[in-house]
Amino acid sequence: MMYSEKVMDHFMNPRNVGEIADADGVGQVGNPKCGDIMKMYLKIENDVITDAKFKTFGCGAAVATSSMATELVKGKTIDEALKITNQAVAEALDGLPPVKMHCSNLAEEAIKAAINDYKRRKGLIGDNGDCDACCMRCEDIHHHMNDEDE
Amino acid sequence: MSTRNIYLDHAATTPVKPEVLEAMLPWFTENYGNPSTVYSIGRTSKKAIEEARETVARIIGAEPREIFFTGSGTEADNWAIKGAAYANMKKGKHIITTSIEHHAVLHTCQYLESEGFEVTYLPVDEYGLVTPEQVEAAIRPDTILISIMFANNEIGTIQPIAEIGKIAREKGICFHTDAVQAMGNIRINVSELNVDMLSMSAHKFYGPKGVGALYIRKGVKLTSFMHGGAQERGRRASTENVPGIVGLAKALELADKNMDEYNKKLTALRDRTIAEIEKKIPFVRLNGHREKRLPGNVNFSFEFIEGESLLLMLDLKGIAASSGSACTSGSLDPSHVLLAIGLPHEKAHGSLRLTFGEENTDEDVDYLMEVLPEIVQRLREMSPLYEEVRNR
Repeated sequence: MMYSEKVMDHFMNPRNVGEIADADGVGQVGNPKCGDIMKMYLKIENDVITDAKFKTFGCGAAVATSSMATELVKGKTIDEALKITNQAVAEALDGLPPVKMHCSNLAEEAIKAAINDYKRRKGLIGDNGDCDACCMRCEDIHHHMNDEDE
Repeated sequence: MSTRNIYLDHAATTPVKPEVLEAMLPWFTENYGNPSTVYSIGRTSKKAIEEARETVARIIGAEPREIFFTGSGTEADNWAIKGAAYANMKKGKHIITTSIEHHAVLHTCQYLESEGFEVTYLPVDEYGLVTPEQVEAAIRPDTILISIMFANNEIGTIQPIAEIGKIAREKGICFHTDAVQAMGNIRINVSELNVDMLSMSAHKFYGPKGVGALYIRKGVKLTSFMHGGAQERGRRASTENVPGIVGLAKALELADKNMDEYNKKLTALRDRTIAEIEKKIPFVRLNGHREKRLPGNVNFSFEFIEGESLLLMLDLKGIAASSGSACTSGSLDPSHVLLAIGLPHEKAHGSLRLTFGEENTDEDVDYLMEVLPEIVQRLREMSPLYEEVRNR
């Protein structure tokens, strides 16, 4: 298995590691059982993401996709950010090894979870509102991975 | 990139010793004759193989005719287990093994289950040990084979092979041990241990890759695994890997000669590393048994971080190591061994295996201990799990 130079760069020098104390949206996806958890913090002003930070427990690809995802969402409106796909995250990193594609799913889900949290806080969706994100089960994430294998 | 290069993955493979390579070289270019032929250079090859067989036999307390060369340790395991199962299936279809075997044994047993055999996978305690009593209790009238690894490749735990061998012998059940990790690290005498079959692999003791051996006690019936010519007394067809076989024997001979010194040196490096990790890094757990453990094996779980990240960071500092995390196993689950000793998934994902060898020094441990605590801390700072603990 080989990581691209860009993955290694984002793993060794991850952008935006940390927390945002007064975040407007926080999303956590993954599960320690599966070996990866991503937690994303967003600062949002007038529906535009002005800052993003992350904390991740996971492999090299999980750290790199988290880092890239925070870079991709910054400056985007929440609607634009919701359209970021796992493919887009992976492509921005010059690709991921096939067995690591689920990490990019996790990044996509983390963005969605953080934005949903923001919408909930704003009263735009209900408490049990549409959770687009895979809700913390290995099977959900692995499901995507199997899809990609086919 | 680091200028240092420290190899701490000797359980994965070892470098070929210069003396071993030297012994092998003539068998590629000069003495290339096929051992099955009648002319001179063929006979020279045949003689080299028989000398290698005598060396291996002498070192493990066997007779030369009980040593069979194979293409790998995995092949030796496959042959021993499938061969004994099929040869004895009229007597019974029950096999006893453990839940922490190498995949070469585990997946072979699972395959046999699909062929109608029944397999008991003995659980292990928190140190990875099985007891002779557990083995005895699992024996049924239709048990035809017991296969228990000598020492575990991940956590280094050494099993009570002699006691298990005694039980197997009393009950008249064929006993195989996968000694791939133990060979070259521990003195092994198959007669004293009452072992009927034993697998080894040259590249784990400074020999070449692609050659192993299976000891088969006289009288043990096995079906053939490789069908073809009459090599290995008709039991393992295929033109012999002469340079590999010569290399295996030379490597084993050197290992046997240096065993005490090697063992002492590795044990010192191991125990120092274990002590320093426990002293310098919080939230760690030593995996495996403290004493009943391979001399060069260190295996720790570092809470809140994931193994592959740890390996990548160590690699950038020039240290080659291994982990039981799912991300490094190529599957979705972390190591079956770490789960079997009772580790929750998240701790199994955060494991690090360091295995010392011949060329390692105290300076290597100094350097490791210089970089490891920093790396662990750096990854923990990045981990949402650590954050939760700190905020408690």
